[in-house]
Order: sequence, then C-alpha cells, then structure tokens
Amino acid sequence: MISLSNIKKTYPGGTGRKTDGQVKALNGISFNVDKGELFGLIGPDGAGKTSLFRTLTTLILPDEGEATVDNYDIRKDYQQIRNRVGYMPGRFSLYQDLTVEENLNFFATVFGTTIKENYDLIKDIYQQIEPFKDRRAGKLSGGMKQKLALSCALIHKPSVLFLDEPTTGVDVVSRKEFWAMLKKLRQEGITILVSTPYMDEANLCDRIALIQKGDILSIDKPDNIVRSFPGQLYAVHASDTHRLLQDVRSFPGTATCFAFGDSLHVTFKDAPSGSNAPSGAATGSPGEPQALLQYLQARNHPDATVEKTGPTIEDCFIHLLKN
Amino acid sequence: MSSTTSAPVITTDKLTKRFGQFIAANELTFQVAKGEIFGFLGANGAGKTTAMRMLCGLLKPSSGKATIAGYDVYTQTEKIKRSIGYMSQKFSLYDDLTVAENIRFYAGIYGMSRPAIKEKTAQLLKELQLEKEAKTLVSELPLGWKQKLSFSVSIVHDPDIVFLDEPTGGVDPVTRRQFWDLIYHASDRGVTVFVTTHYMDEAEYCNRVSIMVDGVVAALDSPTRLKQQFGRDNMEDVFYELARKATRKAD
Repeated sequence: MISLSNIKKTYPGGTGRKTDGQVKALNGISFNVDKGELFGLIGPDGAGKTSLFRTLTTLILPDEGEATVDNYDIRKDYQQIRNRVGYMPGRFSLYQDLTVEENLNFFATVFGTTIKENYDLIKDIYQQIEPFKDRRAGKLSGGMKQKLALSCALIHKPSVLFLDEPTTGVDVVSRKEFWAMLKKLRQEGITILVSTPYMDEANLCDRIALIQKGDILSIDKPDNIVRSFPGQLYAVHASDTHRLLQDVRSFPGTATCFAFGDSLHVTFKDAPSGSNAPSGAATGSPGEPQALLQYLQARNHPDATVEKTGPTIEDCFIHLLKN
Repeated sequence: MSSTTSAPVITTDKLTKRFGQFIAANELTFQVAKGEIFGFLGANGAGKTTAMRMLCGLLKPSSGKATIAGYDVYTQTEKIKRSIGYMSQKFSLYDDLTVAENIRFYAGIYGMSRPAIKEKTAQLLKELQLEKEAKTLVSELPLGWKQKLSFSVSIVHDPDIVFLDEPTGGVDPVTRRQFWDLIYHASDRGVTVFVTTHYMDEAEYCNRVSIMVDGVVAALDSPTRLKQQFGRDNMEDVFYELARKATRKAD
C-alpha cells in the first residue's frame, strides 16, 4: 500500500551564519507497508518522521528515491494521492475560527463528499465532540482538537491514513483512548502510518520502524525486535535509586546501565578472553550478576536485587543508538 | 537528596484559583522540601498549569496561602521570580544567539555581575562539555544538547527551586536519561526540582509525586508507597487508575 525505496532529503542550512551545514533529514529510507497494516514510525524529534510524512503526502519532493502510495507515484500522480490519503499533521492545522461542525463540513466539501455519506466511519470519534459542534476549534481542549483533527482526516474515507505524532503531549488516559480508536479504524481496512516518540506505543503497532537522524535502525514486528536484543538484560533494584545508579555504573563489569522506572536495566561486559569463563559468552560473564550484588551490598544497598529481565522496545532502541 | 527535616521551600495551604464558576485549582495543600525532586502529574486540563503559574508568582490565587522560598505568592512575586528557575519545552533558548551569548543573556537578566557571568559561563561550558561549541549558534545544536543547555541556563542564577514543565518531551531515550542525571545533580546541590512529565517512568525517578485530577491533588506520596496504596506495579497504572475517573472533559 505504501512503498519507499532509497528516499533521500536534504534541507539547506538554516541561518548559515557560521556554517553552511546542510540538514540531512532522510538518508535513503526504504520500507513497505501492507494494506490494512498499522505501521509505526518510532523515533525522537529530528529523526525524520515529519519529512517522511510530507514526502508521502506529496507536500515535498525527495532529492532521490522512489515512493508510491496506493500504487500511485508521489511525483507523477500527486493529485490521485491527495484524493485518497488522510493526513493529520503534528501541529494542529484546522481552522481555529471555524466551529467544529464547520471544519468537518469544509473538509468533506473539499473532497467532494458530505458528513452524512461517511458518518459511519467517524461516528465513534465524532460523537465524543458532537455536543460541542458549535464551538470554535480554537477553543477546544487538546484531547478534543485531536479527535476533531482525526475526524477531518477521515471524512473522505481515505485508503491510507497518515498520523504525525498524534499523541505527543497528551496524557496517558487520552493516549490509550486514541490507540483504541486506531485499532477500530484498522479493522475497517484502513492502512495507517503513525509516528510517535513514545516507545511504549510501539507494541500497539503491527510493525514498526525505529528511526533516528534520517536512518532506519530496525524494521520488524515489535516482538521480533525485542527478541533480537543481544545478550541478557538484568533489572537491578534498590530503594536509593539515585545512589544505585552511580554505584552500578562504577562496577567494573557493567557494560550498560540505564534507569527504567523503579529499576535499572543493566548488561554485563563479556568475560575477558583467556579467563575461565565459557567461550562465546556474549551475554556477559556468568559470575557478574552475583559479583554486582555483593558489590552493591558492600556499598550500603542492603535491599539490592539483581534479576534477569526481558528487554522493552526502549531497551532495543537504546542498544541500536549505541551501535 | 537533602534531609526532609529541613524547612520546606514550597508550602501551600488550600491554594485555590477560580475562573468565574470554574475552579481550576481547588484547595491545594502540600509542602516540598529543600533538594527534593517533586513530580507534579495530572491529565491534560487537571489544573497543573494554573497551579504552576501561581507557584511561580505569575497568577494571583483566588484564596488560600502559599510561600515559595519563604516569599508570599500574593505580595512578594518579584522576590519569588528571582528565587526560581523555569524551563519548558516551548520556552527555551534564542536560536540565533550562540551558546555563550545565551548564557550571558540569561545571567544578565538575573542581574549577575560581569565577572560572575564570566566565571559561570566557563563553568557551565565545562560541565556540559560544550567548550568547543561556545561560539556555535544554538540553532545548530542537536535537540538533546539544547535541552541540557536550556536547563543549565534556567538555574544559572543558583535559584532555590527550578520548575521544569515537560522538559524531556520528544528527545531520544538516551538523552532523556542524561537529562535526568542533570536533575539529580542539581538536587544533590540542594536545588529543589518541581517537574511535570507525561513519561510515567520518569515519575518513578522523583522522590515524591502528586497527581492532580479535576483541580484537586488526588494522591501524593513516594512512588513506592503510591504503588502499594493502589496495588499497582508501576506509576503508569497508578496514574491511569486516578486520571480515568476525571469528569472534566474540556479545559
């Protein structure tokens, strides 16, 4: 449904006062999204997520590479593409001084349809804001703006939906509601490409691309990405987390150590070659967890625990960033 | 963090703000100790921003009492502003000034002397490992560095308290953790950190967390005790349990 091959985009340098540093936004991005798939682009600000959306919605042209949306070419067939995609940009871009209903009507009319014709598709979402249909869009709360923007992106029954960071700055409750809406839309057969900086939302997608500074670090099902995490990860816990962080970092056998909620996620260095450790110990020297525990107990962490744990998408992202 | 037995640097007593019939913040009562990292959570529209604006001396309360660094929020707002730092994702640095110029600008705003500014600039550049970038435009720095610089600039005048409004939004997971190292470091030096975030793992890094729902503080305790109290494994579930009961639809 969506296909990209070696897409490159470079922007000219910003102010150019001291350097003429060009910004490489996309360094040869290739991937495919199947029909009906919920595909996530996961990465921080500056990863290139918005440039990808703008390329696929035909708002910018890439410097190099090919891409199609619903089998239409982004260069030649931009008009067909624009007719059949829905796009919710990262920044709220509806008309602030039109009412909720006027905005929806406007988008329906522009696409040559009516609210009535596709009401079924947006019903579940729009009903939540319908009591406020006479309110100006600029006066809506963040969560309601988000629902209106999604309704407007859907009103012409697009075959592909592009959602650029729909949940950024939104609280946990509204985020869960929003993802529940996406699941329902996917059941309607709409292909969805969604970006997010929240790593935990990756698990809600069929497949994800981890993206950083214009490069794709990994593309797969979330389960497979987690499974490909090399080595064994340990969760280290003690009541004084801040001091624990410093002490675990100073332990000689620690390879990586990052805070994850109320515990630390730690990997250990490989056993030095020539030692008694079994060969090929890519998971770190087997004695290290016990050695760390003793090290921590000696440093006044009487309640310290060191236990095996499974990696999250965020662990994988950090690992890929480091390599 | 420093001992909680020291005098609190933030004290509120039934602090309330009404806008007409609407009670944005309703009888907030809590204390924050010197050097504490205090997480201030709440759903969109719960009243966090209103509360923060009152604590920063930017919005006059309707009723109740509060002192910030010993100063009264009704009568001593200028003294409050000198005693606090503020950083948000939106309010940050001047893109078309260099790193050193931004530091000098903010230090100047807070009335620091020229020799003090010079010394502080050198110290900050060293701490942030930005010595080579002193003359680089802020617009050319990666986002993560900007945020670290922005934090350092917000405490350039050694305030008692720093307010951080979603400081880590949108940054990569490694930079997010490096940012928390800076927060811990400031707390170790006795700076009180008052922080909002939508990342629930970051709630776990706070000494204590308050969760606002519909204008009131619905829960306030250490993350460990909140999880025990609500019988949940993590702060995200605690937050969800409280915030989903919110009845305010619009803000």
